[in-house]
Amino acid sequence: MQMNWKKLIVASLVSSFALTSGCTKKNSNEIVVGHFGSMTGSDATFGQSTDDGIRLAIDQANAAGGVNGKKIKLITMDTQGKSEEAASVVTRLIEQEKVVAVLGEVASTRSLAAAPIAQAKKIPMITPSSTNPKVTEVGDYVFRVCFIDPFQGTVMAKFAVENLKAKKVAILREVSSDYSMGLSDFFIAKFKELGGEIVADASYQNQDKDFKAQLTQIKSKNPEAIFVPGYYTQVGLIARQARELGIKAPLMGGDGWDSSKLFEIGGEAVNGGYFSNHYSTDSTDPAAIEFMTKFKAKYNKSPDGLSAAGYDAAQILVAALKTLPEITPSALRDAIAKTTNFPGATGNITINEQRNATKSAVVVQVQGPTNKFITSIAP
Amino acid sequence: MQDFLQHLLNGISLGSIYALIALGYTMVYGILQLINFAHSDVYMVGAFAAYYVASLVGLQDSPGFSTLLVLLAASMVACSLLALAIERLAYRPLRKAPKLNILITAIGVSLFLQYFGQAVFGAEPKKFPAVLENKVLVSVAGVDVKTFDIAVLFITVVMMLVLNFIIFKTKLGKAMRAVSTNMKVASMMGVNTDRIIAFTFIVGSSLAGVGSVLVGMKYPSIDPLMGTLFGLKAFVAAVLGGIGSIPGAVLGGIIMGLSEEMVVAYLSSTYRDALAFGILIVILVFKPSGLLGKSQIEKV
Repeated sequence: MQMNWKKLIVASLVSSFALTSGCTKKNSNEIVVGHFGSMTGSDATFGQSTDDGIRLAIDQANAAGGVNGKKIKLITMDTQGKSEEAASVVTRLIEQEKVVAVLGEVASTRSLAAAPIAQAKKIPMITPSSTNPKVTEVGDYVFRVCFIDPFQGTVMAKFAVENLKAKKVAILREVSSDYSMGLSDFFIAKFKELGGEIVADASYQNQDKDFKAQLTQIKSKNPEAIFVPGYYTQVGLIARQARELGIKAPLMGGDGWDSSKLFEIGGEAVNGGYFSNHYSTDSTDPAAIEFMTKFKAKYNKSPDGLSAAGYDAAQILVAALKTLPEITPSALRDAIAKTTNFPGATGNITINEQRNATKSAVVVQVQGPTNKFITSIAP
Repeated sequence: MQDFLQHLLNGISLGSIYALIALGYTMVYGILQLINFAHSDVYMVGAFAAYYVASLVGLQDSPGFSTLLVLLAASMVACSLLALAIERLAYRPLRKAPKLNILITAIGVSLFLQYFGQAVFGAEPKKFPAVLENKVLVSVAGVDVKTFDIAVLFITVVMMLVLNFIIFKTKLGKAMRAVSTNMKVASMMGVNTDRIIAFTFIVGSSLAGVGSVLVGMKYPSIDPLMGTLFGLKAFVAAVLGGIGSIPGAVLGGIIMGLSEEMVVAYLSSTYRDALAFGILIVILVFKPSGLLGKSQIEKV
C-alpha cells in the first residue's frame, strides 16, 4: 500500500507536467514577444536588469494603447546563464509560445547559441547587448542595438594610449567566453597598432575564483595597466587579488563590468578602474534622462547600462511593430532593419547593413557604487 | 626566485582549501564507501548560513576573531543539520539498496540543493562578510605571507589531526571503523550503526561548514553554484590522495593546488585544468589507489 501512494504522487506529477506544458492559450488580441535571459546563474543581474528595461518599454507601449489596438504580452524565459538552456528556451518561445520576435541575450556565447534557431525559424531576434561580431553574422533575422567588440576593444585601446598614456599592458581574459576573447583580440590589435606592447596575455576559466597564479605572472612583467574584459563577479575577485599581491596598475574592462555587484564584491579594489559602456547615468541626452526618470519611478533604483540596452531593444521592436498593418516575420524583419536615428536611452541608434547599431561608447570610471563619466568616443 | 616563492605560497594556500573540502569527501567515503556528491552543496548552504547570520547580528563588516568564531559556529551547525536531514530522508531509506542507487541519489540531492539555493537565496552572487583582516604576517624574500594564507593552512592541518584523533583514538572512532569494515557484524556486536553513520555525516559536514567560511573569507563572493567547481576539484584531490585516507586528502589537496598554480606560472593559463588534471592522471596510472590509499584486493 505504501508503494501505491508513492506511485500515485509520481504519476500525478508526471501527468500534470504533461498537461501544463502541452498547450498555451492563443489570444488573437495579443502580440507575444519573448525575452530569454540569465534570470538566474552567476551573471543573473544581466538578465534581471535587461528584463527590467524590456518590461518598462512594453508596459509603456501597452499603457499608450498597445500596437494597433493589440496589447503586447512579454514572456521571459530563464537561460540560467547556460548556452544549452538558451537554445532550448528560444526553441520553446518560438514553437510553443508563438512569439513574433525574441529579445536577448546579454552574453554573446548565449546569443550565439540562440541566433541560429531564430534564423532557421525566420523569427526576428534583437540582442540588446551582445557585442561579439559573430552574433549578427548568423543571418539576416538577427539584430543588435549595441556596438560591437571591435569598436569596444578599439575604444579601450585608444583610451589606454591617449588618456592613461600606457605603453605596456597586460591582458587577463576568460578563455571560455566569446565576448572576453573577442574583446581582448580587438584590444590587442588596436593597441599594437598605436605602438603599445602587450607584456602578458593570461586567461582563466568560467567558474574560477583564484586568479593569483595569473596575477603573480602578470605582476612580474610590470604592466602600466591591465585589461580584464570579463564579467563583474570574477572581475571583483580579480581586482581584490591583484591588490592583495601589491599590483597598483589600473584595471580596464568592457560593459561586462556594468553591475552594482562589481563594487559590492570587489570593494575598494575596483575603485578607479575604467570600462567602456553603452551609456552613463551622467548622460544629459533627453531620451536617456526620460528613461532614467521612468525607470526610477517604476523600480525605485538607478538603471544600469544593460537595463538601458534592454529598453532600447524593446522600444525599437515596438516601433517596428507599429509600422505594420499585419505582422508577418519577414515584414517585421524589414521594419527593424529600417531603423534610423532612433532616439534611444543609449544614444541615437541606426541599424546598419550588418544589422549592428552604430553609436558611440562611453568610458566610465568606477567610483564606489556609482560610475563617473570620463569620455565619450564616437564610432 | 621571488616569483617562484609567491607561486609556491599561492599554490599551498589554494591547495589547503581543496584539502579542507576533500577531508569531508574522504571521511564519508572511508566509513560508508559512499561518494557523497551533495557534500559540495552542503558547503554552499554553510556559506549562506554564515552570510545570513552575519547580516542578522550585524557582523558584515567587523572583521575579527570573534566574527570568525560566530560564523564558523553558524555554518557548522547549519551544515550538520542539513546533512542529518539528507542522511535521514535520502540515504537511510536506501541503505539496503545497491551502492549505485545511493550514488545517483547523492547526485540528485546535489542538484536539488543547487536549484533550491537559486530559488531561495537568489542566483546572483552575494558578498561574504569580512571575517579576518588580511594583514602581512611575515615577509620572506620580498613575498608577503598574509593572514588568510596561514589561517587556511593552519585550520586545515588542525582539522586533519582532530579527525585522525577521533577515528583512531576514541571509542566512537572504533565504532566508526567497525561500521566501515562490516556494517552487519558491527550491528550484531551492539554498535548502533544508524547513530554512527549520522555522526559521520555530522563530522563530515561540519568540515564543509569550516571550509565554506574560509573560502568565503578568501574569495568573498558566494552563489548557489559555488560548490560545483571546488567540490569537483576537492573530490579529485581526495581520490589523488587515496580516498578514505585522512592525511591523503590533505596531501592530495595541496598537490592539486600546487600543480594548478605551477601550470599557470610556467606553462599556460589557457590549458591550466587540462594540464593539471593530466598530471593527476599520470599519478593515478602509477598509483591507482591514490598516494596514501591502501590497495585492496577485490573479492569476487
